[in-house]
Amino acid sequence: MSPTVAVVGASLAGLSAARALRNQSYDGRIVVIGDEAHAPYDRPPLSKEFLAGTASLDDITLGAPDDEDLGLEWRLHTTAVGLDHLSRSVLLEDGSEIRADGVVLATGARARRLPGSEGLDGVHVLRSLDDAIALREELAAAGRLVVIGAGFIGAEVASTARALGLEVTVVETQPVPLAGPLGAEMGAVCAGLHADHGTRLLTGTGVAGLVGAGRVEAVELTDGTRLPADVVLVGIGATPNIEWLAHSGVALGNGVLTDARCVTNIPGVVAVGDCAAAWSAAAERHVRIEHWTHALEQPATAAAALLGTGGPTTTPVPYFWSDQYGARIQFAGSRRDGDVARVLEGSCADRSFLVVYERHGQPVAVLGMNQPRLFTRWRRQLRSAVLTQS
Amino acid sequence: MIPVCPTTALPPGEAARVEADEPIAVFNVDGDFYAIDDTCTHQDASLADGWLDGCAVECPLHASCFDLRTGKVSGPPAKTPVRTHRVVVQDGMIYVQPAAATDGAA
Repeated sequence: MSPTVAVVGASLAGLSAARALRNQSYDGRIVVIGDEAHAPYDRPPLSKEFLAGTASLDDITLGAPDDEDLGLEWRLHTTAVGLDHLSRSVLLEDGSEIRADGVVLATGARARRLPGSEGLDGVHVLRSLDDAIALREELAAAGRLVVIGAGFIGAEVASTARALGLEVTVVETQPVPLAGPLGAEMGAVCAGLHADHGTRLLTGTGVAGLVGAGRVEAVELTDGTRLPADVVLVGIGATPNIEWLAHSGVALGNGVLTDARCVTNIPGVVAVGDCAAAWSAAAERHVRIEHWTHALEQPATAAAALLGTGGPTTTPVPYFWSDQYGARIQFAGSRRDGDVARVLEGSCADRSFLVVYERHGQPVAVLGMNQPRLFTRWRRQLRSAVLTQS
Repeated sequence: MIPVCPTTALPPGEAARVEADEPIAVFNVDGDFYAIDDTCTHQDASLADGWLDGCAVECPLHASCFDLRTGKVSGPPAKTPVRTHRVVVQDGMIYVQPAAATDGAA
């Protein structure tokens, strides 16, 4: 009988894992299990083109014509509820199970919700296609949007809603948005896009609660301010989908814990993408990365580990981008507090610049706004620098 | 035909973007010139800003790869090929002949 690999999760990481297995000459059975009804789709446009109505579902499907040749067995609209590590079986909610020789855990993450927002209409999170469709419908009829959280999702939704003509207020608990990924100095520069485009940004302000009976009417801040709202978008991060593995024997932390090659403590079980926290030698801890590019590239490493072929390793330079208010923000590398940000090209005031972060005089990360060509060169340079060191 | 630039203005490893009905990117690969649609078929990004690696260009945004000779996708996430265009060099000038709109991408 031909061997079976079960891929649990049918988004970018899961699809990339299936492609990587085939690419690395695995010709056994591959079953891809996904809890959403939709075939794999691309999530980044959900806060941008898809939300704005300029991209259709067809535009954002991830499947390529060549994927037909992968011979995948799809089990969509099917939730995995457990993993039996002895028989290496994935248990499904309908009571059936899929016995597998190898398992790829790619269940992703879900949007964190605001406590107390349950059952209140007009309060949204944005993670899935269904989330985006619901938010899009409501934005079309709304006048005022309040965004809770000035991270990338919040900023992108604010940008899209402004372009749709809404009055938008963004509320952020931290004194400076995006200070975690970009540092306070550059976080402030990027957050400046809000004011440039008529979005009100309130920082250093917590949310006390949501006001409304049945439907949200306002957001109440910790300083007592009430922000009237027709629609509220909560963008306060994501939680890995790992609860279903609680009794599986798979080691869990802030995600499924794996070694640097994506292998869990259970032989034949690997984890990739947003649900996985892989060991990082550089950071000396498990690191869970939610970047799109990571979910695209990391599965090649996991597939190689699963097949025992050695093979490729993940590109070690993290990369992400964000499109807001027509500005293209790109970041690559690993920034820490204390790194010095230096403008190499353009100027922050012009919203067109390239900034290199240096540690002990060495470049460790690069940030570009509207500088794709120069940014790409720096990203490649960082990648080769890391490869040379390791 | 659309004039691009003198050959001396496009050294090996470099790319130029040309305005046409659909913008076109022209590349110099070790002295050979190739032209493809400039806009990545995945999401709006200029391939002329991308990274040239042999006869492949990597999109600056999401790293989709396209073969300059055929326009075919050689690396995801793009799904659809780009069109290729004919390049003519005459008297030290580079020209492109845009392909018919229906060519290639399908």
